[in-house]
Amino acid sequence: MSATATRAATPSRAVPAGGSRPSPGRRRRRIKQGLTPWLFLLPALAIFAIFKFWPVLYGMWLSFFEVRPYLGNLWIGLGNFERAVTDPALGSAALHTLIDAAAAVGLSMLFGFLLALLLEGPALHLRLIRTAAFLPVVAALVVVAQLWDVIMYPSSYGMLNSFLGFFGMGPNEFLSDPDQALASVILIQVWKHAPYDMVIFIAGLAGIDRQLYEAADIDGANRWQRLRFITIPALRPVITIVLMLGIIRGLRVFTEVFVLTNGGPAGATEMIVTYLYKTGIELGDFGYASAISTMLLLVTIVATSVTNWIRGRKED
Amino acid sequence: MSAGSHQTALNIRWPKPHQLPGRIVHWVLCLLVLFVFLLPIWSMIATVFSGAQMRQGQMSLSIRDFTVDNIVQAWQYGVARGFFNSMVVVVIGLALQMTVSTLAAYALARKRFRGAAIVTVLILATMMMPAEVISLPLYLVLGQIPAPTESGSLLNSFGGLILPIVGWAMPIYIMTGFMKEIPKELEESAQIDGAGDLRVFFQVVLPLCRPALGTCAIFGFLMIWDQYLLPMLVARTPDMYTLTMIVTSLQSSDGLGTPVRLAAALMLMVPGVVVYLLLQRFFERGLLSGSVKG
Repeated sequence: MSATATRAATPSRAVPAGGSRPSPGRRRRRIKQGLTPWLFLLPALAIFAIFKFWPVLYGMWLSFFEVRPYLGNLWIGLGNFERAVTDPALGSAALHTLIDAAAAVGLSMLFGFLLALLLEGPALHLRLIRTAAFLPVVAALVVVAQLWDVIMYPSSYGMLNSFLGFFGMGPNEFLSDPDQALASVILIQVWKHAPYDMVIFIAGLAGIDRQLYEAADIDGANRWQRLRFITIPALRPVITIVLMLGIIRGLRVFTEVFVLTNGGPAGATEMIVTYLYKTGIELGDFGYASAISTMLLLVTIVATSVTNWIRGRKED
Repeated sequence: MSAGSHQTALNIRWPKPHQLPGRIVHWVLCLLVLFVFLLPIWSMIATVFSGAQMRQGQMSLSIRDFTVDNIVQAWQYGVARGFFNSMVVVVIGLALQMTVSTLAAYALARKRFRGAAIVTVLILATMMMPAEVISLPLYLVLGQIPAPTESGSLLNSFGGLILPIVGWAMPIYIMTGFMKEIPKELEESAQIDGAGDLRVFFQVVLPLCRPALGTCAIFGFLMIWDQYLLPMLVARTPDMYTLTMIVTSLQSSDGLGTPVRLAAALMLMVPGVVVYLLLQRFFERGLLSGSVKG
């Protein structure tokens, strides 16, 4: 029952049946029905406007200023953006973010897919293992970071080092070694995110028509052929989703890096958002930080839209 | 084919003699998965409950000399306050988030009105504005919104910790999808009986949405419980610190041993795990409906 139904029932203006206009009560009801959806939407729209859209627009606006507390802001046009493009520290942070996103997303997807193949199915032991493997996803990022910070303790009695020592590999510095820190962070991210991808892949696997497998069996296809010609093509939409979630997750990465290394050692794990935090919050350079934030937002939007667009094109 | 209903991608069925090697590989891999994902968590638990003397950075694989001292010590070093603050934020925040999202979803799923498409696009667009990416301008905006707090703005107040996480596209998306599936006749018959919009919403639509509400509850809980950057920007004084902040602040206090640090982390982990285990079935359903349909 919506406004259209009422309108259909009262064609009174076109055909003045009794010569009477719609009664004031009815008109009030029609206005009320037009307003109803907006009343339901109002709280959400207000919250989004204040805490999402206003900050985004305000950040874009500030990007064009040199923000000077107590002195008033100074319009500098594209100055902040020029500075960003030529800032070597930001460039290296962007590079780290890209490496981290690509590696963490790719490896999480790969292991998530392998886990899904291994653990798909209704058997009890599979369900239990799936639940256990999912614990890293449920644990807050801060927990995962704290835990791995201890596991990777850079001494021969640290847990991971004593495990590696078992195989004769010498104690590693992991997070304190500029050459290993980024890889260590990626390893931790994969540990946390692969099970998440696994669950999405399992959902995708469950949606595959079982008859396709039976047909493949009858045609004498082997396991690899089933995987190559049935499973992976059928999972393509799921892969796009995992990819899209991964890109957003990769570009926004902050918490685990901030807790584990704070961008160190020697800037080896500096990410865009940790750099943003340092410029904006610690140094108070709000104008420049807003410009970085705006650029990162645009990159996020473009990257997800492109992924989405490719998906749309493939499905046609 | 008799086993057809349980066919999976790799199609490993119960052993026939020639499949035995495959089964062994399968079980070895299963054990490996358990090892990789459970051992770190188990050793955290074992270390926390071990009273034996350990060096900085050392973990234990078994509980030696059971004790709860580490938990007690962590509790006294700020975890109590952080736990309380985080609970306040998650309870109020989740209640508001679900109310706001469900109301919006009802309008989007069940009402036809001009502008619906734009509203949908705007809400989905916020999915591409991750909190971390817009954190800095959000922080500045929070400092400008006047509020009856000591700071005069939303900074260093529960309002600042809670309000920014109330608006989230995901529950709106899940609820809208779910509500669209509810047959219109149910609502119409209630309206014929004279029920107003609010009554239809609360007494007809909402009870039918229980599974979707469960999904939103668990996703929302984990999302709010996980917050780190926002509280770091908002909370100024230790009495406003959330549990995530307390856990990381213990990392840098030198006097505390590894087991105490891990005890704080464990207490941050437990509520998420409990909520997940309680609402597990909603969780997987949510991933299915929410993300696969995309």
